[in-house]
Amino acid sequence: MQTVKMVITGPFNSGKTQFIRTISEIDVVSTDRKITSDSERVKEETTVAMDFGRITVDEDLVLYLFGTPGQKRFDFMWEILSEGMLGFIVLIDSSRPETFREARRILEIFRGYAPTPYVVAANKQDLPDAWDPEDLRIALKIDPKVKVVPCLAKDKESVKSVLLELLYAILEEMDAEQK
Amino acid sequence: MALKGNLRDFNTTQLLNLINLARKTGALTIQSQGTDAKMYFKEGKLIHATASGQDGDLTHLLLKAGKLSEEQSKQIHARAGEVSEKELALYLINAGLVTQNDVVQSVKDQVLNVIYRLFTWEEGVFYFEPNQLPPAGQITVPIDLENVIMEGSRRVKEWERLQEELPNLDMALKFTDRPSAKLRNVNLTVEEWRVISFINPRNTIRQIAQSNNMSEFQIRKIVYGMLQAGLVELVRPEGAEARPLIPPGREQPVERPPAVKRSVINRLIDRIRRL
Repeated sequence: MQTVKMVITGPFNSGKTQFIRTISEIDVVSTDRKITSDSERVKEETTVAMDFGRITVDEDLVLYLFGTPGQKRFDFMWEILSEGMLGFIVLIDSSRPETFREARRILEIFRGYAPTPYVVAANKQDLPDAWDPEDLRIALKIDPKVKVVPCLAKDKESVKSVLLELLYAILEEMDAEQK
Repeated sequence: MALKGNLRDFNTTQLLNLINLARKTGALTIQSQGTDAKMYFKEGKLIHATASGQDGDLTHLLLKAGKLSEEQSKQIHARAGEVSEKELALYLINAGLVTQNDVVQSVKDQVLNVIYRLFTWEEGVFYFEPNQLPPAGQITVPIDLENVIMEGSRRVKEWERLQEELPNLDMALKFTDRPSAKLRNVNLTVEEWRVISFINPRNTIRQIAQSNNMSEFQIRKIVYGMLQAGLVELVRPEGAEARPLIPPGREQPVERPPAVKRSVINRLIDRIRRL
């Protein structure tokens, strides 16, 4: 059996756990713990190690989705999670500009791990303060070739469209490499 | 769609860059430490700006610029009454007291004074109201934001910020492919021209600095300004091996994963579509 994996990363509370939970066929293996840092007490629990979801394609192929821990002190996990990934998704809470700089930092770090394709998912687009995906592109200085996809992590169709955009980006890179 | 936040997270340079690139029309208000600044934009150009605590009255501006005497200014003020700024300007030009260029330059200087102050604000709430334009009768002067951003960036003194924006001096530069970039209208300093002359995807930023005897701080400052103005973009140096950015403390990037066949990706796509 062949297994492939994608990594879902992004700043603290950007919706990574929800994203995986929405699409995974198994209950997400999440290692959430009570938050101890006051500065990050936006929600009650956060992911300290990783989220893990699965999509079975057929008997021979399984896609694993790994969510990175949101808190900075678990950064050391990122490289381990990124090993062998097909590509990665940077999830951003579009309504919290105070996290954009951190999102950009994470994006650059993951780009450094492996030259794999990636897409940016502008999450929480249903919130009134959400920034437009194209404004986010400019704000985060995202290359025009990289897709910035509007997203609602709790909506299955929306999550599907983000995953599909990443897969299309992977196909495009394969085409480019063949030329 | 909302465009609001705090300068602490998204600074003035980034905000103006966004308005410029997205060709936005509307009013941007920034509130910081008891001061309100309001700027108007039309299709990405700055057309007017005011700030609390600054006298933006036309006669005052012309007086400040030395185009009117104190006496003339007082008389005009007394007679002007409720006329709009445009009407007042026409009156002054027709009376031969000032030229059209004097008026345009004075208003422009005032607008720039307001906006350059904002570059020093590190904190402040901002919000953008789309499609809101200045009141009728107000003189507007379209100003390319590229130049404003360049000059504003020159005033950004924080070394840490520059380092954060441009962490890797081993990247190269190339002129942007963006068709809307207006290189002809951009004013460059001598130092910037020296850097421009070396821009080539084969030269790293570090090499350009060495060739020009510039410190890392100087080159970062110049390149940062050019990047924010959209004149240049970062590229991996040509001729070098593909070198992904490596985070501090890591010697080598993780190896690329074993090649996955195209058919695997197509199967994944089919599966996700059917979910």
